[in-house]
Amino acid sequence: MNDVLAAIFSINTLAAMIRMATPIALAAMGGTFSERSGVINIGLEGMILTGAFAGVAGSYYTGNPWVGVLFAVIFGSLVAGIFAVFTVKFKANHVVAGVGLNIFALGLTTWLMQVLWGGRGVSPNVNGLPRVSIPVLDKVPVVNKLITNQSPLVYIMFALIIGGWFLLFKTPLGLRIRMTGERPEAADTLGINVSRVKYFSVILSGALSGLGGAYLSLGYLNMFSRNMSAGRGYMALAANIFGQWNPLGGLGASFLFSFSEAVQLRLQSINLNIANELIQMIPYAITIIVLAGAVIKSRPPEALGEHYGTEE
Amino acid sequence: MYAVDMKGITKTFGDTVANDGVDLSVEEEEIHCILGENGAGKTTLMNVLFGLYERDAGEIFLHDKEVNIRKPSQAIDHGIGMIHQNFMLVNRLSVTDNIVAGAEPKKGIRLDRKKAVKDVRRLSEKYGLKVDPEARIENISVGDQQRVEILKALYRKADILILDEPTAVLTPQEVEDLFRIMRELKESGKTLIFITHKLKETMTITDRITILRDGKKVGTVETGDTNPRDLAQMMVGRDVVLSVEKSEREERPVAFEVKDLNVHNPTNNLYLRDVSFEIEEGEVLGVAGVEGNGQLELEEGLMGLRPTESGEVILRGSDLRELTTRERKKIGIAHIPSDRLRRGLIAEFNLQRNMILGSEWDRPFSRRGFLDRNRIKEYTEEVIEDFDIRGGTADVDAKSLSGGNQQKVILGRELTRDPELIIAAQPTRGVDVGAIEYIHGELLNMRDRGVPVLLISAELDELRSLSDRIIVLYEGEIVASLDADAVDERELGLLMAGEEVEG
Repeated sequence: MNDVLAAIFSINTLAAMIRMATPIALAAMGGTFSERSGVINIGLEGMILTGAFAGVAGSYYTGNPWVGVLFAVIFGSLVAGIFAVFTVKFKANHVVAGVGLNIFALGLTTWLMQVLWGGRGVSPNVNGLPRVSIPVLDKVPVVNKLITNQSPLVYIMFALIIGGWFLLFKTPLGLRIRMTGERPEAADTLGINVSRVKYFSVILSGALSGLGGAYLSLGYLNMFSRNMSAGRGYMALAANIFGQWNPLGGLGASFLFSFSEAVQLRLQSINLNIANELIQMIPYAITIIVLAGAVIKSRPPEALGEHYGTEE
Repeated sequence: MYAVDMKGITKTFGDTVANDGVDLSVEEEEIHCILGENGAGKTTLMNVLFGLYERDAGEIFLHDKEVNIRKPSQAIDHGIGMIHQNFMLVNRLSVTDNIVAGAEPKKGIRLDRKKAVKDVRRLSEKYGLKVDPEARIENISVGDQQRVEILKALYRKADILILDEPTAVLTPQEVEDLFRIMRELKESGKTLIFITHKLKETMTITDRITILRDGKKVGTVETGDTNPRDLAQMMVGRDVVLSVEKSEREERPVAFEVKDLNVHNPTNNLYLRDVSFEIEEGEVLGVAGVEGNGQLELEEGLMGLRPTESGEVILRGSDLRELTTRERKKIGIAHIPSDRLRRGLIAEFNLQRNMILGSEWDRPFSRRGFLDRNRIKEYTEEVIEDFDIRGGTADVDAKSLSGGNQQKVILGRELTRDPELIIAAQPTRGVDVGAIEYIHGELLNMRDRGVPVLLISAELDELRSLSDRIIVLYEGEIVASLDADAVDERELGLLMAGEEVEG
């Protein structure tokens, strides 16, 4: 029993939690911005995948992983931009467009991998991001074990989450985004450009998800593999909901999900005489339980999923 | 010089001409009324002025300068503010957030909340519009919400204010307060455009009146030179009976009885507490109250659309509480629901299908499990004829009818089933004068035939002219039961606001 508890609450588990939470938290914040502006974003999955692929491609052709990160952000934004045109301009159903985007991203990245690298499974290894430590945090006990020697994207993620929270709740633009998602007519009559706010928010969600994707491919494994996002976009959307459409809440929820994932991996490595399949279920079971509870209490933006136009 | 001069405004939606060459000239510092029935094009005209709709033809001048307004932001820049009928407020945000959004005071890149709150407070004191800048919209009263709407316009330095049916949701006291505010705004140099279909309000508050009918301008008159009868005539295009005469009645046996009914609505946490009343045969019992004080819960509780916690609901001796909605309708309860499009009709269905809703399994409409199309069509055509439903045949969709005619469809369906009890909730909401007259007549007809009627309404005039007795709901409880002939509007208004009334 002590083994189990030690496995669950070890520093290593927590460090793994932070690592695994990074892409989910980034995409979750993307979901937060998109949904706060009123656009349901199932497409996070496809945006992460696109980012992961673009990151590797960028690094492959330039040898510089940071160019890869830039590519990931740009291409994540690009597919989000297409998604925004469909949902905002042409008023497509958000869920259908999002699912379409995911299928499109999976097909496109798989095909491009074939074209560029001649294989359908995995890309060649590329230069990944170096592990770094932050000088001062290095010296703080416990913290140094948790977030030293991590990918730089981990630190960037923490900074972005705080920045995102500030943007959403403390700036005029944030107020406009929240107003647009709650009551676009009200925003419109105040002279706020509803479409522009939605485009901004959706494209930002693509940039963040793309960055999350770059973390998967350049901060973790240094290569791209088919369907690399593996459901993280959906986890992110769930984390966003459980976090009550707040970047900080989304981070907390991402921690919870990735903690259960980390525990699951640790438990598999010690011999418990429980079928591994059951242990592997833990993160999913927690997601379902948490989400079922959260959906009942949560209060989404009032105009989420609705289209806005004055002359229908 | 006119503050607003609109010339030849035309706006069409598909085949419908909402505004047909309408002229409107509003002088500076006046309260100008745009009077017309629902669907006359009042709101469309104002939405054109505010840039929400793009006009097909026409010109707009503000203070003698031609302007080209295509977006609300441009209207705002030209000093136009609009207070919409459905408030454009975000429930979850604070009063201050709602007012400053789009024109936020800044400190660096942050929104300067302190200054925003201070600005709102100063503005609210300056114009006597009392609100708490820190309160959330969902926690303040409808009257307060309206003040927030006005403050939104003033915060943007509007000097022309459009008020779209601002009194529809207010209690009489709140209306008085609004009129006081409107006069003060006029004194301080603002120009007000007041949209309404209520004649009494028009006469009380305005300087001049422009009447619209069917998208066209009928005329502009000085308020001092006209009277409600002439206005009604211009609005409807024919003579209108403004008040209904109801016959005297004698005491008769009780037909419908509600005892200690308790209903809880978890959505707004409203409790309907120990509601008891009786309705005699051929009696109209009016239920007065500001919306959201238990009317909906009462209506839905009685119809079995919402679970009741305890109490008795007795129609001619038998308790209904265990019955489903369908069974209740089957034993003869006619229901005119307050939310016409949610509970009363299916907008996308044609009139035939709407007409048989609820009796689609019954003879004569259904035979051996198949719908009898001919019989249904025949019946629908009869009702269209009998209930004077205009604007469509049996094959048109309900959504293409005006609100008044939709309401007549419901009325026709419900009243032709030989009701034992009528529950009419807001039967004339959003309905034009001509149709109101008709609906009132039909309800009184049923009363005279001995049917008990429960009339839930927010319109005091309607309650007073149709009801025999009136009960007042306040926060889920009956606070008064009055003889309809003996009650005056002021007293009713105070009771609705939860005030004690002497005597």
